[in-house]
Amino acid sequence: MTRLDLNTVLDWITPGSRVLDLGCGDGAFLARLRDKRGASGVGVDIDPDNLIASVSKGLDVIQEDINDGLHCFSTNGFDVVVLAHALQELTHPHIALQRMVDIGDEAIVSFPNFGHWLCRLHLGLKGRMPMSRAMPRHWYDTPNIHFCTVKDFESLCSELNIHIIERATIAGAAQRPLDKWFPNLFATSAIYRIRRSGT
Amino acid sequence: MSETPSAGSVGLVTPQIARCDMPFTFANGAVLTSHELVYETYGELNSAGDNAVLICHALSGSHHAAGFHAGDDRRPGWWDLAIGPGKPIDTERLFVVCSNNLGCCDGSSGPNTINPDTGKSWGGQFPQPQVQDWVRSQKWLAEHLGISRWAAVIGGSLGGMQALQWAIDFPEWVEHCVALAAAPGLTAQNIAFNEIARHAILSDPDWHGGDYLAAGALPTRGVALARMVGHLTYMSADGMSDRFGRELRENSFASDDNAERVFQVESYLRHQGSRFSTQFDANTYVLMTRALDLFDLAGEHGGDLTAALAHAQANFLVASFSSDWRFPPQRSIEIRDALMAAGKSVTYANIETDNGHDGFLLPNSHYEQLLGEWMRRVGPS
Repeated sequence: MTRLDLNTVLDWITPGSRVLDLGCGDGAFLARLRDKRGASGVGVDIDPDNLIASVSKGLDVIQEDINDGLHCFSTNGFDVVVLAHALQELTHPHIALQRMVDIGDEAIVSFPNFGHWLCRLHLGLKGRMPMSRAMPRHWYDTPNIHFCTVKDFESLCSELNIHIIERATIAGAAQRPLDKWFPNLFATSAIYRIRRSGT
Repeated sequence: MSETPSAGSVGLVTPQIARCDMPFTFANGAVLTSHELVYETYGELNSAGDNAVLICHALSGSHHAAGFHAGDDRRPGWWDLAIGPGKPIDTERLFVVCSNNLGCCDGSSGPNTINPDTGKSWGGQFPQPQVQDWVRSQKWLAEHLGISRWAAVIGGSLGGMQALQWAIDFPEWVEHCVALAAAPGLTAQNIAFNEIARHAILSDPDWHGGDYLAAGALPTRGVALARMVGHLTYMSADGMSDRFGRELRENSFASDDNAERVFQVESYLRHQGSRFSTQFDANTYVLMTRALDLFDLAGEHGGDLTAALAHAQANFLVASFSSDWRFPPQRSIEIRDALMAAGKSVTYANIETDNGHDGFLLPNSHYEQLLGEWMRRVGPS
């Protein structure tokens, strides 16, 4: 699975935006945003090798644990805050989401959809936590401690007073366009563009 | 050292002296009618003049940052790890300048040099310098060398604080700024350690009110003790356990039951103290620790660090070292957060290490890679 559907996200980001990428990895995404969209960005990552890789691309990076609350970033400090496929790894996803829409005018979040029919089938028939190529770890050693479904995420957004501007879903070729009609069943992952309600 | 300098070394270097015949006024109002700065350079200044990098040294550092003074030198300059051809501060691309701060004891005008007004050594009469004084004197040196802007100002510990002061005092002069293991100001605990060091020196019977040179004496016991305390604060507890544990010095527990048992760590500290006490000037140590105590980056802005950094134009690299308890990561984070709040470009890393505050001087692959990769944005591309 790709870290993020790059083209979707690129389309969502206005040229020249100031972007904060949480869990920026090796910085490839931010570098591409900079090169294709003229966006200026800051990455956040905890891993020293990722930090070095991002710095080598000429990026600004902050070594920080997203779980620590992102207090160093001021409210409204960025146009867009991105969290790609890391929501399920956070200790308190709801707190992070709230911070993201405070820090950014908009936020873009992607996550693997645990409501996908294969997950349901695996759990339903085998009675065991799903494991697959995309989710290769056992339940006890996975960094993914907060899996959710498309429905779960949308319900949380509503609870947190977060407005969903746009949604994109990703599915294997065989399941298109079913993922558009029944995302919670057929999307392998989902990408959301969100902001605080009333702004 | 071998006959030929090893790869990555700047090789043999010769310190140079710049003499300033204009009066220099310190922040505290004291005036030097003339003064000298000793410095070293590595690499070549390009014709555009846009590849000059300034290295600021720490408390007991000097202008001798890299390379060797003589073929049989046992140790290279204090930051040979980072400076040289192909090293993070690459002398094949960059022109590197490092000067000995005013009031130090390695060749620049200081307590152990002659006061031209009296013809005697300054001793305890040398003016108390502050970090902003060093910045202004280095600006004079830069102009003397034909440099009109630094591609980067870089330092660790006190040197990192000086680099930050540069970015604040002369924003248009500093394109990039690297502050390693620094702090925006000293805590009460930091000042307390410095006071212990000063007390050790001032209570040495050979101190003579700072005029020990005139009295033909050296307060080596006080300086050694000051250094032992200081050195202890540069190491981490885990690092010391790894290095020394509870090992006894060889032969210190011989057949004689009454023989003194000396732990390796004692032996090490004594050696550090005694070596330092004959090499470093006591008055300088007092002046340097006082300059550290007085340093307050946000002082002129009522403690508002963000306001202090608001006019800086540099891109910043701030790095801390995980086991540093002298200037712990939290102090670097204060700098980082103020820079971000001021809308500055900043990269921050907390280097995982057991080396404590000395981490910025010691080998560590993540640290060296990070600094090297970041430095590629410095100077002409």
